[in-house]
Amino acid sequence: MSAPLVRSPVHLAVSLDGAGRYDPGYFVELARLAEQGTLDFVTLGDSFAKPGLDALAVLSRVAPATGRIGLVPVVNTTHTEPFHVSSAVATLDWVSRGRAGWSPEVSTSEAEARLFGRRPAARAAELWHEAREVADVAAKLWDSWEDDAEIRDAPTGRFIDRDKLHYVDFEGRTFSVRGPAIVPRPPQGHPVTVVDATAAEPRAAAVRHADVALVRTQDPLAARTARGELRDRTRAHGRDPERLRVLGSLPVALSTTADAVELAGLIGDWHEEGAVDGFHLRLADPERDLALLVKATVPVLQHRCLLRRFYPGATLREHLGLARPVNQYATAGGGRHERD
Amino acid sequence: MSATENTSATKKQIHLAAHFPGVNNTTVWADPRSRSQIDFSSFEHLARTAERGKFDFFFLAEGLRLREHKGRIHDLDVVGRPESITLLSALAAVTDWLGLAATVNATFNEPYETARRFASLDHLSGGRAAWNVVTSPDAFTGENFRRGGFLDRGDRYTRAAEFVATARELWDSWGPDGVPRPFAHHGQHFSIEGKFGVPPSPQGHPVVIQAGDSGEGREFAAAAADVIFTRHGTLEAGRAFYADVKGRLAQYGREPDDLKIMPGVTFVLGDTAAEAQEKAAEIRHQQVSPQNAILALEQIWGRDLSAYDPDGPLPAVDPDPDSALVQGRVKITNALEIAAKWRALSEAKGLSIRQTVIETTGRQSFIGTPETVAAELDAFVQGGAADGFILVPHLTPGGLDDFVDQVVPRLQERGAFRTEYSGSTLRSHLGLRTPVWKG
Ligand SMILES: Cc1cc2nc3c(=O)[nH]c(=O)nc-3n(C[C@H](O)[C@H](O)[C@H](O)COP(=O)(O)O)c2cc1C
Repeated sequence: MSAPLVRSPVHLAVSLDGAGRYDPGYFVELARLAEQGTLDFVTLGDSFAKPGLDALAVLSRVAPATGRIGLVPVVNTTHTEPFHVSSAVATLDWVSRGRAGWSPEVSTSEAEARLFGRRPAARAAELWHEAREVADVAAKLWDSWEDDAEIRDAPTGRFIDRDKLHYVDFEGRTFSVRGPAIVPRPPQGHPVTVVDATAAEPRAAAVRHADVALVRTQDPLAARTARGELRDRTRAHGRDPERLRVLGSLPVALSTTADAVELAGLIGDWHEEGAVDGFHLRLADPERDLALLVKATVPVLQHRCLLRRFYPGATLREHLGLARPVNQYATAGGGRHERD
Repeated sequence: MSATENTSATKKQIHLAAHFPGVNNTTVWADPRSRSQIDFSSFEHLARTAERGKFDFFFLAEGLRLREHKGRIHDLDVVGRPESITLLSALAAVTDWLGLAATVNATFNEPYETARRFASLDHLSGGRAAWNVVTSPDAFTGENFRRGGFLDRGDRYTRAAEFVATARELWDSWGPDGVPRPFAHHGQHFSIEGKFGVPPSPQGHPVVIQAGDSGEGREFAAAAADVIFTRHGTLEAGRAFYADVKGRLAQYGREPDDLKIMPGVTFVLGDTAAEAQEKAAEIRHQQVSPQNAILALEQIWGRDLSAYDPDGPLPAVDPDPDSALVQGRVKITNALEIAAKWRALSEAKGLSIRQTVIETTGRQSFIGTPETVAAELDAFVQGGAADGFILVPHLTPGGLDDFVDQVVPRLQERGAFRTEYSGSTLRSHLGLRTPVWKG
């Protein structure tokens, strides 16, 4: 089945990955710049093997210093406990008032396995299977509190209605989690799951769990094909493909205003061809490139009505036009349910 | 107040920390002034208040599984809280001086990742990170983790000690040339090697706090911690604890000042002593609801006592010493002894169940006018019962406002508390030396 052509707006995101910086001011300035350009979100990579701060902590530090921009750290699911992953991402959503996402990644290297000394390195296919289970249990844990679980009912002395808290009793291949979460359901219900779906293994995870799939390519035709495949497979999994955003992930280096205007032209062309829902720009030098992008690319796109001029919504889901997920444990009418 | 007290330059200084009102029955959630336990604005309010009061640090507790009672989730106290390091990273954006202490369990985490997260927090806060190292070997909590309940109770502190020692190796592992050097740690609990991904952070080593009371816990603190968070808050118990722990330092080549002892305490202020007492009684009444009174009793008795009237007498039946009624809390090991004490008190004073619980539970509390509370806190510190206090307000988020506005200025007048921050790191606030870098 061929995908319907993409209509506006273009969703724009940038990666803040760059050469080892450890001062929070650097990240705050970049995120503010991205927010000035009314971008949807920024991503920040994370690796145990390379020098760099914990990405989720960095974006949490950025959250109170910004007001609208979405914050999407890479989170490793191979060596971090699934329960901790879900708690940290939920907390990022609380401190940013609904602007959090997360991008699961796996670590296949022997060097990283030795930093933990708990399990040998494994193949990508195995680890992505586990990452899918982590995404699954994270969503269950976020749902393990219904939105109205806190009741503060003085006459009965109860702070919560415990019928609205749920054990998740998840049994995966390599781990199990009892639940419920220790963090109440985050503002977005589920923070946004962003998966780099370029390779086959993560693509299978994206089909099941992604709200946003990134596809690394410089060829609009290939991007269009990838988008079509992702949407078809998403549908095959019983998900609505309209609830998946596919972004082309492009390496970008801008040295002049002319480069920035040219980038706007390229974005416009891809958009006209209906190749993708938007772009994730991997900036070669975030400070330089983002400044030019906001100064020269963004106004051109706004002028062509391809990009918003202000944020009509407050949460990352709203920027992306994605609905807040229904709680998988909640029952209509709020009565007691027998399902679990 | 004497003039010498006022002017003495060498007077021992009090350290103060603010405990975010937590998942326990100190926190009064039913008060109309009580606000969200999870919105960032509540954390921001308390942290800004603590910083306005020139506090040493802000403290977050942790629990990795929701508590249960009689096989069901405990619903009478506050339930739910954010993940500490993520929350504190955000608070670093809205504070400039305040130390930021996260409780992180040494049983259900791994040294590489924990060391990396705390080093990150230390960078992101400009040297204000602290780690409260707790241990919980219980299989109940373990059900949320890959590891499960694998740890023998006896191993909880050997793992914690090796965990902290390993983290310190990682924090020290970069060379003076700004390049990471390979580390290798092969011990009983951890066998890891590689390169650490974060350069030395502003404090070198984040401040290490310990909160556990057994002999092993005290020994671990004496060997490895910078601060102890204790429940021993009365003057006598505080002095005994203080002397015991400080006495353990020499064998590790440490000075008494290298480890700060900070009991967790509550406070109630009034314009007169009588008004403060009245307020305190009211707060205790709110904290121990009829339902909470029965629950407190069941925690000791280990039996279902839901049929008892909270306004009636204590049960005649004895506690069940082998009960598994309560999960996710520190285990009570001397239930029969506690029950005997409660009965004696109830009989002597003619107290109901609820009144007995009100009298017997609760932390050390400083109750009085701002003047008398300041004087009493000062007396504890000058009298060798503590180096400072972790204040546990009963209201979120405004529970510290009056203390900062009314008690802090009096402590400052007494010359017992800073009027300005003199350094930028938490180590500097606490008067702790910089760790010797073994890089
Ligand atoms: C004042 C105080 C605060 C504590 N806070 C926590 C906490 O936030 N989270 C936690 O899991 N354990 C906490 N604990 C429990 C300790 O880490 C430890 O597991 C417990 O005290 C049993 O150890 P022990 O046998 O040495 O006393 C606390 C203990 C004390 C005394």
